[in-house]
Amino acid sequence: MKKKKPRLIAEGSDWTIEAIARYDAEIGRVAKDYGLDTYRHQLEIITAEQMMDAYAAIGMPVYYHHWSFGKHFLETENRYKRGHMGLAYEIVINSDPCIAYLMEENTLTMQALVIAHAAYGHNSFFKGNHLFKQWTSADAIIDYLVFARDYIAECEERHGAEAVEELIDACHALSNVGVDRYKRSPPRSLAREKERQREREAYLQSQINELWRTLPHHDADPAAASEERFPAEPEENLLYFIEKHAPLLEPWQREIIRIVRKIHQYFYPQRQTQVMNEGWATYWHYTLLQTLYDEGKVSDGFMMEFLHSHTNVVYQPPYNSNWYSGINPYALGFAMWTDIRRICEKPTDEDRHWFPEIAGSDWRDTFNFAMHNFKDESFIAQYLSPKLMREFRFFAIRDDDSRQRLSIDAIHDEPGYRELRLKLAEQYNLGSSDPNIQVWNVDRRGDRSLTLRYFNHQRRPLSSSHETVLEHVARLWGFAVRLEQQTPISGEWNVIAERKHERRKAGAYTLAGI
Amino acid sequence: MTVRIIDRRLDSRNKSSINRSRFIHRFKGQIRKAVADAIARRGIRDLENGEKIGIPGRDISEPQFRIGQGGVRDIVHPGNDRFHRGDEVERPLGGGAGQGRGAASPDGEGMDDFVFTLTRDEFLDIFFDELALPNLVKRQLARIDDYKRVRAGYTQSGVPTNINLVRTMRGAAGRRIAVGGPHGTRLRHLLAELDAARQETPPDDEEIVRLEREIACLRARMEAIPFIDPFDLRYSNRIRIPQPSTQAVMFCLMDVSGSMDEAKKQMAKRFFMLLYLFLNRNYERIEVVFIRHHTLAEEVDEDTFFHARETGGTVVSTALQLMRDIIRQRYASSAWNIYGAQASDGDNWNDDSPRCRELLADGILPSVQYFAYIEIADSEPQNLWREYEQLLASHPGHFAMQRIAAASDIYPVFRELFRRRMA
Repeated sequence: MKKKKPRLIAEGSDWTIEAIARYDAEIGRVAKDYGLDTYRHQLEIITAEQMMDAYAAIGMPVYYHHWSFGKHFLETENRYKRGHMGLAYEIVINSDPCIAYLMEENTLTMQALVIAHAAYGHNSFFKGNHLFKQWTSADAIIDYLVFARDYIAECEERHGAEAVEELIDACHALSNVGVDRYKRSPPRSLAREKERQREREAYLQSQINELWRTLPHHDADPAAASEERFPAEPEENLLYFIEKHAPLLEPWQREIIRIVRKIHQYFYPQRQTQVMNEGWATYWHYTLLQTLYDEGKVSDGFMMEFLHSHTNVVYQPPYNSNWYSGINPYALGFAMWTDIRRICEKPTDEDRHWFPEIAGSDWRDTFNFAMHNFKDESFIAQYLSPKLMREFRFFAIRDDDSRQRLSIDAIHDEPGYRELRLKLAEQYNLGSSDPNIQVWNVDRRGDRSLTLRYFNHQRRPLSSSHETVLEHVARLWGFAVRLEQQTPISGEWNVIAERKHERRKAGAYTLAGI
Repeated sequence: MTVRIIDRRLDSRNKSSINRSRFIHRFKGQIRKAVADAIARRGIRDLENGEKIGIPGRDISEPQFRIGQGGVRDIVHPGNDRFHRGDEVERPLGGGAGQGRGAASPDGEGMDDFVFTLTRDEFLDIFFDELALPNLVKRQLARIDDYKRVRAGYTQSGVPTNINLVRTMRGAAGRRIAVGGPHGTRLRHLLAELDAARQETPPDDEEIVRLEREIACLRARMEAIPFIDPFDLRYSNRIRIPQPSTQAVMFCLMDVSGSMDEAKKQMAKRFFMLLYLFLNRNYERIEVVFIRHHTLAEEVDEDTFFHARETGGTVVSTALQLMRDIIRQRYASSAWNIYGAQASDGDNWNDDSPRCRELLADGILPSVQYFAYIEIADSEPQNLWREYEQLLASHPGHFAMQRIAAASDIYPVFRELFRRRMA
């Protein structure tokens, strides 16, 4: 006992800057031993109020101003004050250096947990996962956010806060259909080149549009018009399309659309990798702190407190519990990473049958491969083992509104494993949980109306909010906008909503007349 | 390599306040309505403290394209305890089995009221937005009715009652020392010379006589220095500085005759509350006088005012008379800003109504800042209303009247009564 005491990193539950630094050094040492590759990081100590601020601004340290963030702040504050929710212990920012927030109210143990979880767990995920590598540039995001905030503030001064607010409202309404889901960006220099080229094209196009507008209106042959559809290929990124092709937008409006689009695209990988990412971070905070405990660097009391939080985080209530609100990504992710290591180190016959390529392999290599190359959907489809399905007691329900009752399609048994796993993976496919709406056509020769098509999957309809969203689209587009949907039996495309925007009469024609 | 730890606790507090104020600005209409609803429901003290505001979730939703209910969906749940493949179960009430309660839909569908807490200042700002008493600024700030006397050092002139003894005596002592000092030195010299001379020469020597004479002369001059001189007198100085009045008295007059039922009283109560709240914002101190009347008027406490039941006829002028008398007795000074609020169902003994008008015009309106009358009735206006109407023209800006029919009318009525008038 006497020998053990001096080796503790720190004692007591109150944190000090020095104690945090010592913990960070020790955790960092262990993480290095495990081969975690991370960005540099910095820890920032903040108050609960600042944590709520950060919540409202999707965790970003700088962000532009908008009423909706005020709303989220009020919402969070209200729930927090009434004790309906605790604040997250951590927020971590995918930037280089990676910024992890520590809340001042946390105990020293919790600070250590957050450091291990965020500054090493999430941080290494951000650096390693292909989606983050491909879509985010951690070294530039803070600068970009500063630029965005300043640019939008400047626009507010120049064009009025209301005009900007209206525009951002519309952008936010389209933010979930304003991301590129599958398109892989080509190497950057080429991308930039193409961008410029496209911009030139867009500029020329807009010139042509202006010319067309001054010509006497003639009724083009509708058949001929429908032949040359624009865009030639349907476009899934509505915001991108509007930014590039909406006829009447001012350059500053296009820039703001671009800002909102870029920022949402930046966060898209986080939505795509929630289970993996949280599971990864949870796995590592558990492993790193457990290692410190094994080394005798932290006390029993520390471990008790840590395990208390940890088990709360990874608790999965069953479907019929009052606490149930879907699958807990921390629980599933943590279980999967733990399970993968088990398969590597102590595979059973079942594992050898299901995962011949990883059973008995080096777990660190397998971890890195999985962490680098997957997103939730494919990660689950690839690595969810029958053992875990049994442990979670998963079952799949089919809810078909044309039938009276719900049916159980698969449960955690031999015939059900594959189907169950596919269905669970599909549940994490953002492509199927976000509606698939694409830009189908612009009537370039006629009334310039924009046609969107909703491709429904398994007869799922759009929620009624589409009417309001379409108004936002019309505001951005400046001309009539309609939304089509295919009728199930005949296969015809019917207009389910249409919106016209008045602005064109007010501004555009006089502009064209000059 | 040690990690960088930055303590951000002290910087950028209230980073979200700008977003918060934008939110409030944007939904001012709904928030105002919620404030109005709150008034309709609650008592005055709740109103001051509980600023929890609910506005319809639908209004502030941020719509996005979402997939709605319906169609076919497969959901995987954990914790299977009874199902086998191929089982069929009844659809649970309230939508798909997978929709956990935690999944609050951000598109506004099925969303409850958005509830949040306004700070007291935000609440009152919204509440009193565009709301000011007529000519309030002019009367309260521009016109100076009262002066406050404050100490302002000492002067050399004044009335005897203001003599400041300490300062005067200190000055006198100083003067005596200053004037008598050189004489004292001279005296000590002379006394020393005298002593020396006496030892050397006979007592009747010329020199000694001269010294004694000089000493006597010096003593006389020293004694002639007055103990106190008009020059020493110091008077405490007080000056008058203009003092805007910060206190108000509010008279609540209510008819409690049989025709005023509980609902009407509650309405009247809200009206008084609103006035109180408004005054509370503008004055440091407010006194409230409750006068209730049927055929007789009496001053009562708040509880009796609102809750005790009375019956009988109505003679409104008794209340006005009492109010006038109380003003004369207790609030005659210009230090008081006097506000009157009268609520009635309009019933009055016919011959009494002209007398009410006279009382108001001659006895009350000249001394009050504002007098408001509300008539809680759905029926045709009666003689009291018509008599009061004549006052509207003769006392613009001091007198207002309004008829209300339902509790929900109160807030607009209040605004109407106290709407800001541009000076």
